[in-house]
Amino acid sequence: MTDVAAGAGAAQRKEINAAVARSYWRAAASIVLALVIYEGVARSGEFPVALMPTIPTVAATFYDMLLDGSMIKHTVFTLYRVLFGFSLAMVVGIPIGILMARFRPVENFMLPLVSALMPIPSFALVPLFMLWFGIGNLTTIIIVFYAATFPMMFNTWSGVRSVNPLWLRAAGAMGADEQKLFWKVIIPGASPFIITGVRQSFIRAWIAVVGAEMIAASSWGLGWVIFDAKEFLNADIMLSSLVVIGMIGFLFERLVFGSIERATILKWGMVRTARN
Amino acid sequence: MQEIEVTDVSLVYDTPAGQVHAVDHASFELKASEFLCLVGPSGCGKSTLLNILAGFLKPSGGEIKIGGKPVNGQGMDRGVVFQDFAQLFPWRTALGNVTFGLEMKGVPKEEREQIALEQLKLVKLEKFANAYPHHLSGGMQQRVAIARALAYNPSVLLMDEPFAALDALTRDDMQRLLAEVWRETRKTVIYVTHNVAEAVYLADRVVVMSPHPGRVKKEVVIDLPRPRDPLSVAFLEYQKQLLQELGEATAKPSARQ
Amino acid sequence: MQDAASTIAIAGVENSSAHVWRERARLIGRNVFPFIVVGAIWEAIAWAGVFPERLFPRLEEVAWTFVELTLNGILPNHAAQTLLRLFSGFVVAGILGVGIGILMGRSRRAEDLLLPIVSIVAPIPGLAYAPLFLLWFGLGNVPAVMLVGVVACFPVIFNTWTGVKAVKEIWVRSAQSMGADDRRLFRHVILPGALPYILTGLRLGLAQAWRILVALEMLVGVNWGLGWLIFGARELLNTDAMLAGIAVIGIIGIVLEKLVFQKIENYTVVRWGMVTA
Repeated sequence: MTDVAAGAGAAQRKEINAAVARSYWRAAASIVLALVIYEGVARSGEFPVALMPTIPTVAATFYDMLLDGSMIKHTVFTLYRVLFGFSLAMVVGIPIGILMARFRPVENFMLPLVSALMPIPSFALVPLFMLWFGIGNLTTIIIVFYAATFPMMFNTWSGVRSVNPLWLRAAGAMGADEQKLFWKVIIPGASPFIITGVRQSFIRAWIAVVGAEMIAASSWGLGWVIFDAKEFLNADIMLSSLVVIGMIGFLFERLVFGSIERATILKWGMVRTARN
Repeated sequence: MQEIEVTDVSLVYDTPAGQVHAVDHASFELKASEFLCLVGPSGCGKSTLLNILAGFLKPSGGEIKIGGKPVNGQGMDRGVVFQDFAQLFPWRTALGNVTFGLEMKGVPKEEREQIALEQLKLVKLEKFANAYPHHLSGGMQQRVAIARALAYNPSVLLMDEPFAALDALTRDDMQRLLAEVWRETRKTVIYVTHNVAEAVYLADRVVVMSPHPGRVKKEVVIDLPRPRDPLSVAFLEYQKQLLQELGEATAKPSARQ
Repeated sequence: MQDAASTIAIAGVENSSAHVWRERARLIGRNVFPFIVVGAIWEAIAWAGVFPERLFPRLEEVAWTFVELTLNGILPNHAAQTLLRLFSGFVVAGILGVGIGILMGRSRRAEDLLLPIVSIVAPIPGLAYAPLFLLWFGLGNVPAVMLVGVVACFPVIFNTWTGVKAVKEIWVRSAQSMGADDRRLFRHVILPGALPYILTGLRLGLAQAWRILVALEMLVGVNWGLGWLIFGARELLNTDAMLAGIAVIGIIGIVLEKLVFQKIENYTVVRWGMVTA
């Protein structure tokens, strides 16, 4: 047995680098190919230009929307709603999840409710919340909150429950009191699940915000602008907004959550415990 | 005065199938700095007994005294090492794991890191102070666990088959290292194992236990000079004697309940 | 919860059946209690008249509407339409997803070509391209089903792909050494080996299809379906009908989750001891 898993040998590393380079190459090639096919179909005139604009048209529209500030305003509105609802979900979901895992009565009370509410798609509540809270920010934020809370709660609950009892024993033997046990062992021990929960709930929140903006339309937001553009057959506006939606989702997934993972559970070698 | 006194300790579980006597009136004593091995077949209650000593389980009868004071729950007078590598906190480096107990005691950061580094030096891991557990091999992880249990200077070290999950070669290394650590620190050690050679190599005295119910069957003093030679005739004699005791313990389970 | 109940029942075989029943009753009581509390709070708010009654009906009104709409066939009809769309969309997702996933898992070229595109499109919320889809393919049932299929196929693709890749090399080699040709290797080793992942993918896909379908029915302009029902009820301020519709949506969601997929998993994967989830 080697004393340290120092990583792959030099030859192996070279091979991996080559594979990575290859995959970037092919990825670029396949995306270019997809774009070329799209452009070809768009220019063939089989479809009306309004429905299938060429890529330069989309790019020009995108540029115009950036310049007149409307795209930025839509994005800011959407981000505001999603982050507000998502933060609220974390503030509520994580503590409740912890309480459920630590206290039997809380678990007994919450679990049936969570199991009953979780399978209700958040969009089913949009019409109801529109009646109650009107059209606009509040309804959208509440929908985002609803969509994001349950994965947060559920993952935190199972994370705290699955903290290795050996860690608790070891910490107890080293004189950790309840409070230290909680902050120094249970929270980091449950972190793979909590981070998975944060990730999942952001994905849910992101879907929810786009859908809620479409249904409970106000007059700003990326979801709203897509739906609105349909009425006027502005496929170029739709595609531009779609690109922004895709990019923001990607940025959050890769940059925000990716770096959180790299700084914590990846560094600690705890990834496998949470991904099943 | 005896450092550890175990008097008539029992643990009875209630199960749907009736009562199970995991430990039945176990008694033994240890002098300070003595190395005691608990040996027995699986189900003889040796690990249960260790867990009672560590304070993780409450005995249903009997008493344990350490340094003259009755044991009640967990305490920092005892350090514990488990068999499972997963006992280390994966979110802390080797050094961070070793400092944990000192941190709980409220020792200032610089001081505790210095102490921890010394402990890591003792188990020959000072170079890996900043490595996370998942980068360490099983043997190294167990060495960190030993350093961690020693760092806050408990008088007693409780070890539950710490090397059982290691391969044979690494295990030999670990036993040598532990013998050295023990010689330097002079801790009182209770060490649970089912490996007879390991017990003869490490222990001053071996307590053999028999299962169903878990009882102390026999005590054997290992009167051999250290460092011990596992191939010497005397060593093999002890091994034979213990194996015989164990064979009897396994073959003749006394009448149930 | 039900698992716990059955375990207890099995463990206590010698105990009288009265004991088992008492235990079961206690469990049911414990699970029902939270709903009673929430229901009571709802009733209290409704009675207090904090909100207009049209917007916040009392529970018995909702229950009445539920019974009425069930008896006159409106609710079952909407539910049937929704389920029909759900399952058609799910079948599309299953065929697309498993097909593409296996292709990607087995062929390097397919993987190189498809993975980048799949990874880019998958994280985009399905509803975001729903309007574009409608613009291109028109309103109605077929585009709705297609859209549900496309949105739901991504988790199936990813999981199938991972599953095929995760088939142990040692199984492949031992099958080959026993003379399995490509076709039989696929049928008897790769497919069952990847099955746990494929099932997980299908389960996630169905959940995704369900979530998107409800929203789609509000946007697409079909004339039947639970999404349309609750959205239409808003116009007329029929909050009770809306809540009845939401209740049905919730029940279908639970049934899908608990009965359909947990059963399938139990019958195959758990029996082989392959499940890790």
